[in-house]
Amino acid sequence: MLKNLNFFLAEIKKVVTLCIFLNEAKMKRRDFISKSVGAGVVAGTGFSLLSLDEAFGNSISNSQAAYDLIALMGGEAAEMFEKGIAALGGMSKFVQKGQTVVVKPNIGWDRTPEFGANTTPELIAKIVEHCLKAGAKDVFVFDHTCDNWQKAYNTSGIEKAAKAAGAKIVPGNDENAYKAVTVPGGKSLKNAKVHEVLLNSDVFINVPVLKHHDGAGVSFAMKNLMGIVWDRGYWHRNDLQQCIADMVTYRKPDLNIIDGYRVMKKNGPKGVSVSNVSIEKAQIISTDIVAADAAAAKIFGKSPETIGHIKIAGEMGLGQIDLTKLNVNRIKIS
Amino acid sequence: MQAYLKPVRIVISIVTLLVIGFLFLDFSNSVPVTWFRDILWLQFVPSLLSFLSTLGNGLILSACGFVAILLLTLLFGRVYCSYICPLGVFQDIIIWISRKFKKKAKAHYRFTPPKTWLRYGILIIVCLSLFTGSIFLVEILDPYSNFGRFMSDFFRPVYVLGNNLLANILQKMGFYVLYPVKIAIGDPYALVVPAFLLLLVLWCAIRKGRLYCNAFCPVGTLLGLVSYGSLFKIRIKKSACTQCGKCMFVCKSHCIDVKQQRIDFSRCTGCADCINVCDRNGIRYSLVSDKAKKVTPDKSKRRFLFGSLMFIGVLSGLSVKSLAKNAKTSDDGAIEPEHNNGHEDAMKENQVCPPGSQSIHHFTGACTACHLCVSACPTGVLKPSLFEWGFFGMLQPYMDYHASFCNYECTKCSDVCPTKAIQPFVPQEEDAQTHLQKSLEECTPEESELLKSRLKTGIQIGTVRFIKNNCIVYTEETSCGSCSEHCPTKAVRMVPYKGELTLPQVDTSICVGCGACEYACPVKPNKAIIVDGCKVHQVAQKPPEDTIEEQPLEEFPF
Repeated sequence: MLKNLNFFLAEIKKVVTLCIFLNEAKMKRRDFISKSVGAGVVAGTGFSLLSLDEAFGNSISNSQAAYDLIALMGGEAAEMFEKGIAALGGMSKFVQKGQTVVVKPNIGWDRTPEFGANTTPELIAKIVEHCLKAGAKDVFVFDHTCDNWQKAYNTSGIEKAAKAAGAKIVPGNDENAYKAVTVPGGKSLKNAKVHEVLLNSDVFINVPVLKHHDGAGVSFAMKNLMGIVWDRGYWHRNDLQQCIADMVTYRKPDLNIIDGYRVMKKNGPKGVSVSNVSIEKAQIISTDIVAADAAAAKIFGKSPETIGHIKIAGEMGLGQIDLTKLNVNRIKIS
Repeated sequence: MQAYLKPVRIVISIVTLLVIGFLFLDFSNSVPVTWFRDILWLQFVPSLLSFLSTLGNGLILSACGFVAILLLTLLFGRVYCSYICPLGVFQDIIIWISRKFKKKAKAHYRFTPPKTWLRYGILIIVCLSLFTGSIFLVEILDPYSNFGRFMSDFFRPVYVLGNNLLANILQKMGFYVLYPVKIAIGDPYALVVPAFLLLLVLWCAIRKGRLYCNAFCPVGTLLGLVSYGSLFKIRIKKSACTQCGKCMFVCKSHCIDVKQQRIDFSRCTGCADCINVCDRNGIRYSLVSDKAKKVTPDKSKRRFLFGSLMFIGVLSGLSVKSLAKNAKTSDDGAIEPEHNNGHEDAMKENQVCPPGSQSIHHFTGACTACHLCVSACPTGVLKPSLFEWGFFGMLQPYMDYHASFCNYECTKCSDVCPTKAIQPFVPQEEDAQTHLQKSLEECTPEESELLKSRLKTGIQIGTVRFIKNNCIVYTEETSCGSCSEHCPTKAVRMVPYKGELTLPQVDTSICVGCGACEYACPVKPNKAIIVDGCKVHQVAQKPPEDTIEEQPLEEFPF
């Protein structure tokens, strides 16, 4: 009977997949065009950020977007983001009209915001708001949670805040939504299954929380990419630190915003009590994921070289680990 | 005159079926947890078990549904079977559908003599088996539990599949209103017995009307005995009867003897179908008068007495069990170890029973395997067992840490369990009232600590065991920490090992046994960290307060 049932299920699946395939085929061309336009625009802005402004010798206020990294301290999470993104020239530098955006917070745990185990919900809401204001067609928010996803989405306050800001909440619990991709520069991690919402979106904004992590040492921007894949056990079995760095070669986030407002200093990543948290009121914003992690490590009180995956990523040339080589804008709010 | 009875019965029974059925289907937590026990209050066997579990702990009224059923039966006979029993209603629907496909002659029911030996034999064996301390036969035959298993094991996967197909289609179109849910079927072999029972019930319903209820169901037989003493009975008015047989043709219980113009009321489920088909208003509920009693006085009385005796027997059988649970014996529960193909160390000493179930002994002795907790568990860690609790614990749920793990703060299973095999965690205020006889504000710090230890987060259902030889950090010398990462109390923490590497270290005193470490451990096929169930649940110590010495940064460190 079971066999028959399985057969029946398989048949249904076939029919549905066929429908989806036909639908996708229709979409693909449009998608391809919009994506390439999007990429072109991003590349174009990058070019203008780095060289055009300088070439034309604009004043400092105009060339402020040339910063590699914005570090903020002293404000509320959402407030710091507003200042920081303004210093980079606004969200419209990253999100073009009509594009789709994925905002990927850390929603790993069934913990309230006070634990510092998940990204601050107000920050996510503010980012979503800015993306929509910049003309984004859709903003998706999702994470492959560790605790039960409904509980984590709910308790973290992120679902409610993001929804209110106009985002679409996407569950990350369904294996069928994860599609196989290759990790081009991977040493240990050569293949992974990545959530389709990421595959279908133009802009990827990575919004981790800055915290301690018992397995990887720390959990910042690179570690947050673990939440876009299905099989995390593979990473743990096959040199975790190397795998975390490898994943960066698949797709670098267009923007990394590390939320260091509440910093879980020990017992991470889930935390045991709120006494594990230090209110640092810090935030790092950068397009360079390795540089962002290096700066976050300093805020956490560690040298970037002592953290396996940050060190490996630096050696693989995935970003700048040496903060002295970066043009950092430090903004203090009091 | 009593023609309203049938439509009333149909409406009430359909509401019963839909509401109870939905409890098992609902995966989105849309039914408030406090409703579950109220909705299932009248279910006979769960109510009886729940009553015995709460005996001596106050809160008796909340478990007295079965008394209401007994009183109702003393008034109107076995109306429970037609209005309240979800399996009865389920059969009525199957019967109704199957009769649509039958030829007229075949669709006619005839009077059959009662299966006296079978039904009383089963009732007596069930009763005797309770004295041996096993609830197995009640579990297998109880109509509510059977209905629960059918819903949870067979209909729920279909329902979820439908949802998933719809959700997938909507998501492709960019709508994220519905979400796919994992179709969680445990061990397929654990479906064999429920499938057999489903076929039995279906066969009885399609071929023999309410035969299951009148031969196999111990609740039906018991209430049948009680109904010998009913105040109102459905009877044939001999002066009006022409022996046309119309009433007999529609009687699902085969209990109308037209030739003798008599009704075997012990098998009548009070569905009122016969009342409506009689043109001459010759069959209906009427008060049992003295005159009528004289017709068969001795038989009725004897049967009623037998019924009362059986009920007392069942009650005392169950109490023996619930008393025995308080005596903490060393050999509670015969536990078959889990079979792992490989490392000997990776065998569990005991399986883990859900938080709130107090001990393996209490749990396996009070659970009728209705699988409501299996359906309700948000993480899907509860799975029907095959032989994890031994043969006679078959189908009773266990914590399957390969499927998932227990959410630290969640109390859903204990909130919904209708038999109180999983006892509810009482809110602290109420707990203070009943336990310490004072309000929460009056409690001393020690007392409030005690109350906190009675919270879900303080209950230890198992203890962690680390098997170093299987651990990635030890075998591969690469970072991992999956177990510690998931641990809610840091009973598993990473301690310095070689260089930057850290190795798990366990502290069983603060372990709650949630199984997150075992679930998260990436090693295949044998996990490097497992949770052994506690035979008797303990109180876990509070994790030590970890405060941070350093002050927050004043200046940018770069």
